[in-house]
Amino acid sequence: MTAALRAIAIAAIGAFAAAPSWAQQSPAPAAPAAGGTPMPIHQPPPTTVPGRPDIPNAEVNAKLRGIAPPPLPAPEDKLPVAQLKLPKGFKIEVFAGGIANARSLRLGDKGTVFVSNRLLDKVYAVVDRGGKRDVKVIASGLDRPNGLAFHKGTLYIAEGTRISKLENIEDKLDDPGKPVVIYSDFLNHQSHGWKFMGLGPDEKLYVNVGSPCNICEPPETNGQIRRINLDGGGAEVVARGVRNSVGFDWHPVTRELYFTDNGRDWLSEDLPNDELNRVTKVGQHFGFPYCHQGDFTDREMGWGRSCDEFEKPVALLGPHSAALGMRFYTGTMFPKEYRNAIFIARHGSWNKTKKIGGDIIAVKLNRDGSVKSWEPFLTGFLQNNEYIGRPVDVLVMKDGALLVSDDHSGAVYRISYGNARVAGR
Amino acid sequence: MIVAAALIAAAVLPASAQSLEERLPACLACHGEKGQSETPEVPSLGGMPEFYLIIQLYMFREKLRAVEIMNDVTKGLSDDDLRKLAGMIANLPPPKPAGDPADPARAQQALELIPQNRCNFCHGANFAGDQNVPRLAGQREDYLVKTLREYKTNTRRGYDASMADVMYPIGENDILALAHYLSRQR
Repeated sequence: MTAALRAIAIAAIGAFAAAPSWAQQSPAPAAPAAGGTPMPIHQPPPTTVPGRPDIPNAEVNAKLRGIAPPPLPAPEDKLPVAQLKLPKGFKIEVFAGGIANARSLRLGDKGTVFVSNRLLDKVYAVVDRGGKRDVKVIASGLDRPNGLAFHKGTLYIAEGTRISKLENIEDKLDDPGKPVVIYSDFLNHQSHGWKFMGLGPDEKLYVNVGSPCNICEPPETNGQIRRINLDGGGAEVVARGVRNSVGFDWHPVTRELYFTDNGRDWLSEDLPNDELNRVTKVGQHFGFPYCHQGDFTDREMGWGRSCDEFEKPVALLGPHSAALGMRFYTGTMFPKEYRNAIFIARHGSWNKTKKIGGDIIAVKLNRDGSVKSWEPFLTGFLQNNEYIGRPVDVLVMKDGALLVSDDHSGAVYRISYGNARVAGR
Repeated sequence: MIVAAALIAAAVLPASAQSLEERLPACLACHGEKGQSETPEVPSLGGMPEFYLIIQLYMFREKLRAVEIMNDVTKGLSDDDLRKLAGMIANLPPPKPAGDPADPARAQQALELIPQNRCNFCHGANFAGDQNVPRLAGQREDYLVKTLREYKTNTRRGYDASMADVMYPIGENDILALAHYLSRQR
């Protein structure tokens, strides 16, 4: 083994983090010489930190840590709009700033934009008043209120362990009252315990119930997308084998559910890819924890299983890229090629030394609903392997503009095309 | 103890009544004047990264972490107060490790758990912490046990879910070994 190869092998041992059995390994007795050059005896690996065999490569390790956004929003004049890039003819501006940890976006019937939190406790309403936008807190003291849905005047909020509602919310933004709980049949877990929620074409609430771990056999109640009636009754599992979906939407023509799913961590720099999936039948299984990205079995949970048992993704969205919010583009402001395409926010990888994502991609579909191609649409959040912002969700406005939330800077941006009216400012 | 109680009482006065410099001694009555806590299950704050301190102070102020006394003492502080207070606390010297030598079996168990669970990836080679990740070296053993148990049972809310992910496969015996070993690191 050359020094370089050995270094890679050591890094791999560290990354896969088996018990450091090599620390106790004694060299096997040499085989009797029978001609040829004997295989060199395996030596315990050298360490880069003296006296610390548990740290094979501190430099690589340091690049693989989680990334936490600040709890306080960036000042509006420090938002990174000037560094963001779009295809020709598009432009981006700040829609609203000062919204710490801005996550899911939903549009009310009267034009209010609702913005949620995951790490913090609030839900915000952004109201356009003659070009000037007011940002107000409409609910606080909530437990990871990441999921939002809107139906006929009522805002539904999905927290860690419950779904609640605020009726006629747009008529009482200044005095919304307390959210009324309609459903709470969830286990309490911090790992993947926040929820994404949407309103289906069947007028039911769809909510992800994540797997409470990086990789494990999730409880029967978890690792799924579930739907319930608007009164909280009639719960039904729509998709299983889902690790953690933080974005879904329905095809405007076929009405089929498409959802993003985040692949497991700590497998490899380049595997597995996050997935875009499509539900064609209620109750389908999408592979977690046995099969990743539709084509290989997990190194711990996959023995005795085959990827043929499970639904395959319709697109692979990059390893560890954290594909989150997504919407079909149903507006008319953007060029025709974007009609019914999917915009997906990739939050950006953390479990990868060379970061990827931190962008919005445009996924174009064939007539049969399969994926034709995808390409980056909004880029620039990732600069020199560091994030200057991290996109979470997208929202198509009535005028066809696309909003993008950024939970790192605490802001919402607006993308428009051509000479369309620039709202506000 | 009486002095400490008086200082705590002083600390829960409205923020406007006292400057941060006047309030700090009340914090350190429990957390330790020289960064080293002598109070059971109360953490030493010496050597903590400033960003971690801002996050925790913010979570206490907003009641995202429910600890009554901490919710009371941070009530009414402005964002700037949180930044300044974090800066003042971040200057305290790191705590000294627990004095008695580590039990070899527990240390060995911890040394196997640490790379398996990649504790050092975020907490650093010497467990000094960095940015949003706290220092572990020299922390009170009883506080480490308490905190790891709380993460394991989802009773302590992390700022993000990292520790909940990490604790999923870790058992009670492992928690005791990790706390034993880490409290003896410098």
